Amino acid sequence: MRTTSPPQTPNFYRVGAFVISLGLIVLVIVLAGASPVTVIGSMIGGAFGNPDQIGRVFATLSPLLLCAAGLVFTFNAGLYNLGVEGQITIGAIAATFVLRLAFPEGATASIVPPPIAIGLAILAGGIGGVLWGLLAGVLHVYGRISEIFAGLGLNFAATGLAIYLIFGPWKRPGVASLSGTQPFDESLWLGTFGNTEATPVALILALVALALTIIVMRRTYFGLRLRAVGKNLRASYVLGIPARRQLMSAFAICGLLAGVAGALQVAGLFHRLIPNISSNLGFLALLVVMLVNFDPVWILPVAFFFSALNVGSLQLPLSLNLESSLAGVIQGVLVLFALLGRGLAQKYGKRA
Amino acid sequence: MNVELRHINKHFGPVHANNDVSLTVEAGTIHGLLGENGAGKSTLVKILSGFITRDSGAIVLDGQPADIRTPADAMRYRIGMLHQDPLDFPPLPVIENFMAGSLPSLQGEDGGGFFLNTRAAEREFKSLSAQFKFDIDPRADVSDLTVGERQQLEIVRLLACGVGTLILDEPTTGISASQKALLFEALRTLSKQGRSIIFVSHKLEDVEALCDEVTVMRRGQVVGELNLHDTRRDSSGHLSIASRIVAMMFGKELAPPVKPATRTDDIALHLDGLILQDDRLTIDVGSLAVKRGEVLGIAGLEGSGQQDFLLACAGLQSPAAGSVRLGDLDLTHKPYPAWLNAGVSYVPADRLRDGLIAGLTIQDHFALRLSNKGGFVNRAETLAAAEQAIATFNIRGKPDTFVERLSGGNQQRAELALMPTPLNLILMEHPTRGLDIESTVYIWQQLIARCQGGTAIIFASSDLDEIMQYSDRVIVFSGGRVSAPFDAASLTVDQLGQMIGGKF
Repeated sequence: MRTTSPPQTPNFYRVGAFVISLGLIVLVIVLAGASPVTVIGSMIGGAFGNPDQIGRVFATLSPLLLCAAGLVFTFNAGLYNLGVEGQITIGAIAATFVLRLAFPEGATASIVPPPIAIGLAILAGGIGGVLWGLLAGVLHVYGRISEIFAGLGLNFAATGLAIYLIFGPWKRPGVASLSGTQPFDESLWLGTFGNTEATPVALILALVALALTIIVMRRTYFGLRLRAVGKNLRASYVLGIPARRQLMSAFAICGLLAGVAGALQVAGLFHRLIPNISSNLGFLALLVVMLVNFDPVWILPVAFFFSALNVGSLQLPLSLNLESSLAGVIQGVLVLFALLGRGLAQKYGKRA
Repeated sequence: MNVELRHINKHFGPVHANNDVSLTVEAGTIHGLLGENGAGKSTLVKILSGFITRDSGAIVLDGQPADIRTPADAMRYRIGMLHQDPLDFPPLPVIENFMAGSLPSLQGEDGGGFFLNTRAAEREFKSLSAQFKFDIDPRADVSDLTVGERQQLEIVRLLACGVGTLILDEPTTGISASQKALLFEALRTLSKQGRSIIFVSHKLEDVEALCDEVTVMRRGQVVGELNLHDTRRDSSGHLSIASRIVAMMFGKELAPPVKPATRTDDIALHLDGLILQDDRLTIDVGSLAVKRGEVLGIAGLEGSGQQDFLLACAGLQSPAAGSVRLGDLDLTHKPYPAWLNAGVSYVPADRLRDGLIAGLTIQDHFALRLSNKGGFVNRAETLAAAEQAIATFNIRGKPDTFVERLSGGNQQRAELALMPTPLNLILMEHPTRGLDIESTVYIWQQLIARCQGGTAIIFASSDLDEIMQYSDRVIVFSGGRVSAPFDAASLTVDQLGQMIGGKF
């Protein structure tokens, strides 16, 4: 007897993949010797239990949104810009440089009014990010190097530069240490919501960046051309679109937003340059943008969820004796299966 | 080895690429397989060499049915294929390429020796090479070899694997005359040793010079077979071998012209001493003037340099020498946007690869056409433009239809609708390939209307009827050579056949 399976709609694969990923996450939790319900409870408690924790969620959300918004441009141009991490780092270095100029060692007060110093630091971070992004762009567009390797290579270079500065020219008086440079004077710290880690300036900048990204991608000729180049470079060129300029712009915009995120990490959160200043939020932003299939409208909820996962999981070692890296497992599984579901839907899905 | 393919069928989606194809190649003969691109000859030899699995039909070797599903199976039956692009590993030296793939004589009975025996391999490589007067340094890097030398390496490698049947796919493209002579000599030697050779080619000259028998395919079917020895002996017929083969490849008599006179005396495009180059071919176009309102058809077997020519006239490929002028404007080596501004439009053959952007809608494409604009997309304006084009060009789709959902004919109509007005020069590859009659007629009506407005059109097509029906003049490309232009009205099948076969 011959049976044929009926054609499945694309949603069958997408929803199916999501369900499987949830099942896998539950399985991992059970294998780790915990109950999924208590883990979820503990995570929610860890993310939203008190104002400090909520503040931490928003402190994570801001740079994540900035980087994700930047990556929307590169992804839509067909680029896997793994260099976003290095662009954050360079932004942070540039901001640190400006803040150290504004408040030299041994001085008693900032040379310029603190709001101006902070503003200049954020601007410098953005410029640094643009240059680092353009460098990746030049390597890719003119040097024909895969943007993935160009980005990863530049990430190492940026981290190396940060560590060199921390242990060399910018080392703490007395002893250099991995814990970073000498913290800035409190007058140069970005204001926060109460005593939490969340800064209103960072959150506002992130939300504005995201809103602009949505508008540019959906409503402008620039966004349309970027999508065209990303979908078919050759045909775009034949149609007369200046493809190289579009690609370089995407690298520059992503660098700008990542650089600003790096500057905000320095001015708003750590108040000094540390080796892992990006906290790997650039890579997390890559996951966010892949999960939403490069459509900026869905970035806010997903980024918020991922931030809450990151912060909530910090509670796990204390309450349930589990590794906090469980958050990374959950995020990775969700994204991998979302991509898998999308791929299967494209390959086997029948249009209704 | 006697090779027999019996009633082979192969479908690719709706396309019947091989329709009940049978072919017999006797041991010790060189068998030519001819046909236009898309005729199904590549599919057939790939089935024999295991790169494609057949839907039905049988492969019989020396009277025994053979089960060939992968290239490894084919090697077990001692069938080797020399691909148009040699399958080698460019960063590695010659000798390592030679050793890659199984070499039974160097690896013992199981063919799976663990350590490389470079010295033995080098000995074998040198002795085989000497047999055919091939002269390649085994220590050289493959990336430094010419296409002809890479081919020689591949032949020697296949012989070391002990092939009894050798398939060659377009082996004479891109190699020098002396390499070709060497190759033909080697093939004759191999066939005398009892190997069967299948020679897939476009080039009638080469087939005439080399093959014992010829099979011609068209649209997935065998349309004719010719024993060249018999034909050469029988000189009573007035048609040359080339003309007889061309008649089989393209079918029936040529269609009469249907195009009204639109040609003027003003020069639209002026080419002067133009020489083009790609990795395989040097194309000597020479000098040519195309008049405003003229349609110039390009005939010739595919891959004879037509695409390079069109790209060069569109500003998408820089010529190696010579100049391109549009009216009074010298556009040689100018950036592509300057060509667009001068009113040149290129419509590629592969619409979804080079012409339209899959994933964007018809309306998006109209918005992109205004791509020098900045700021916000004017949705009302682009929607109106898309709707008007859909109505004018009778496109079966809506403004928000993704272009990849349109049928081929409607994609082509969309491309025509996207062309700016006015234009000085339109360049097209296969303007109506794969379209139904209605779309074909419609598209030519639109193009002729453009000619009446003074636009010059240059198009390449593998459909000789289309060329004869719509061209004012015809030029023929053959292996990088370009004929002088002929008036379409005065051309005969025999002339065209000779020229396509490379005799002009």
